[in-house]
Amino acid sequence: MNIPKELKYAESHEWVRLEGDVAIIGISDYAQSELGDIVFVELPETGNTAAKDEASGTIEAVKTVSDFNSPVSGEIIEVNEALEDEPTLVNTDCYIAGWIMKVKVADASELDALMNAEAYEKFVG
Amino acid sequence: MPYLPHGNDDIKQMLKKIGVDRFEDLLKNIPEVLKGDVSLDLPGALSELEIQQEMHALLAQNTACHQTISFLGAGAYDHFIPTVVDFIISRPEFSTAYTPYQAEVSQGTLQAMYEFQSLICELTGMDVSNASMYDAATAMTEAILMAKNIKRKKNDFILSSAIHPLYRMTMETYARSWDLNIIDCPLKDDRTDLAALEELITENTAAVVVQSPNFFGCIEDTASFSEAAHKHDALFIQGVDPISLAILKTPGDVDADIAFGEGQSLGNHLNFGGPYLGLFTAKQEYVRKMPGRIAGMTEDTDGNRGYVLTLQTREQHIRREKATSNICSNEALCALAATVYLALMGRSGLKQVAELCVQKAHYLQQKICELPGYSTANSAPFFKEFVIQTPFPAKEIIQKAVDQAIYAGIDLGTYFPERKNQLLIAVTEKRTKEELDKFVEFLANL
Repeated sequence: MNIPKELKYAESHEWVRLEGDVAIIGISDYAQSELGDIVFVELPETGNTAAKDEASGTIEAVKTVSDFNSPVSGEIIEVNEALEDEPTLVNTDCYIAGWIMKVKVADASELDALMNAEAYEKFVG
Repeated sequence: MPYLPHGNDDIKQMLKKIGVDRFEDLLKNIPEVLKGDVSLDLPGALSELEIQQEMHALLAQNTACHQTISFLGAGAYDHFIPTVVDFIISRPEFSTAYTPYQAEVSQGTLQAMYEFQSLICELTGMDVSNASMYDAATAMTEAILMAKNIKRKKNDFILSSAIHPLYRMTMETYARSWDLNIIDCPLKDDRTDLAALEELITENTAAVVVQSPNFFGCIEDTASFSEAAHKHDALFIQGVDPISLAILKTPGDVDADIAFGEGQSLGNHLNFGGPYLGLFTAKQEYVRKMPGRIAGMTEDTDGNRGYVLTLQTREQHIRREKATSNICSNEALCALAATVYLALMGRSGLKQVAELCVQKAHYLQQKICELPGYSTANSAPFFKEFVIQTPFPAKEIIQKAVDQAIYAGIDLGTYFPERKNQLLIAVTEKRTKEELDKFVEFLANL
C-alpha cells in the first residue's frame, strides 16, 4: 500500500496536497485498489464550489460507482481533464497523474481535521 | 424447467434443518397485535378438470380484440403478431429467466438485450438505447427526471397538452417528490402550438416534451420544437410510436436529446393493459445519466464474442438512494418479443405495416366524414389514429357498437369533459376494407 508521507487523508479515502492556498485532491491507493478497474470519472465543473465532505463527482468502476468527496471547501479552479480519455490513470498513478481536482481553499484550518499518513495507514489497516 | 412446488415432506425437512417445529414459529418475532387474522375464506381445492372448467368460464366473459372489429388505440394497438414471436419468447430459457444479477453467465439474455437495443437505436435514429423500461408512461417520467439531472440549475419543464393523459398522470405522481415546475403548452388544431411554446420557453426551461404522433393521432412538427428547445439550451424530449418511425422523421433526424415510446406495438399482445414495454433512448453524451441498464458486446481473453452489462452501475442495487432511477428492472420478455418482431419484419416489412396503417386510417376517416353529422375534429396530418366529431356523445356510439362486436374507439370525454362528442379511432394494418366499410355502415344506420 502506497501512502505518501507528505499528504493528508480523509476518512472517505481522498488525499490532499496543499500548494499555497490550492488543494490538489485525488483518491488514495487503497481506494483505487478497492474500486478495481476504473472506467469513468465524472469530473465536477470548474467554477463550482466544493463543500467539505460532500460529493463533487463520481468514480465508476466495472461493478460499482462511488462518490468522490471534497475533503475541503472552496472554489474548484481546475479539474484533471486527462481522466476523461484515460480514467485508468487513477488506478496506475493515483497520486500524480491521477489527481482529480484543484480547490482554492477557503479555510485552511479544515485541513487540520484530516489524517496524516501514519493515522491513515492505521485507519485502513 | 418445470415449476417445482414443495410438498409437506420438503417443508418438514427444511424446518427440521433450521431447528423449528412449525412454520408459524418463524413468525413469532412479529407482535401479536400486528399479525391480525390471516385465516382466509377460500373455497376447497378443485381437481384439474374443475380448474379448467372454472378458467374457461372466466375466459368466456372476455371479448378479446380478435372476436371483434377493434378501433381501440390511445397507446395500445392491435397490430398483427406473427406466430414465431410467441414461439420464441415461450422458450423456457427466456420465459423463466429472472433479471441477470450475475449478468455474464446469462449470455442469451444479454445478447437478446443487445439486439433489442441495436434495433431500437436503428429505428429511432438515436445513439443509445437502454434495455427497456416498464411502459411509455414510466419511460417519459424517467426522461424528465434525467433531464433534471442534466440541467440541474433549471427547473421548468414544458409539456405539450397533447401528451397521453395517463403518461402525464404517471409523471405527476413521480414529480411530487422532485419539486419540478411543469408548464402546459396549449394546442392549436389538436397539435402543440409552436407560437405558444416560444412564449413559454425561457432560460429556466430544462426540457420541452412533445409526443408525435400525439394523443390525438396528429403528427407534430418535431423539428421546430427541437430547434426552439435548443435555442434556449433546453433538452428536447420526444415520445414516439415505433411503428410510425418506419416512414416518419425519427427523433434522431430532428436532433432530439431523449426519445421514449410505447413498444407494445412491436410484437406484444394487448395483454389486458400490461405488461407493456417502455422504449428509452438518448444521445451518447448523456449515457451516464440514463436510467436502467445497457448490454454491450465485447471479446473475451480468447477473442470469442461475448456480452456484458456495460452500464448498470448507476442502478438501485448498486447505488441505493443515489441511483439514477427508481427502476432497476426491465421488461426483458416484452423486449425480446419486440426484437423478434422487428427482426422478422425487417426494414421493408415494418414500412409496409406503417403504410397500410396510414392508408386504411385515411380511408376510414374519409368515409366517416362523408356521413351527415360526422366531421374531422382537426385538420392536422395523422398516422394511424384520428379524432372524429360525432353528432351525439361518443360514449353512446361505443356502447351501441359493442352489440355488433365493434370496438368503436376511445371516448375523449373520458379525459377531456369538453370533448365528449369526440371519438378517437385507431386503424391498424389488421383491419380489412370489409371491416372498415362495416363500421361506416354501422355509423350510418345509427
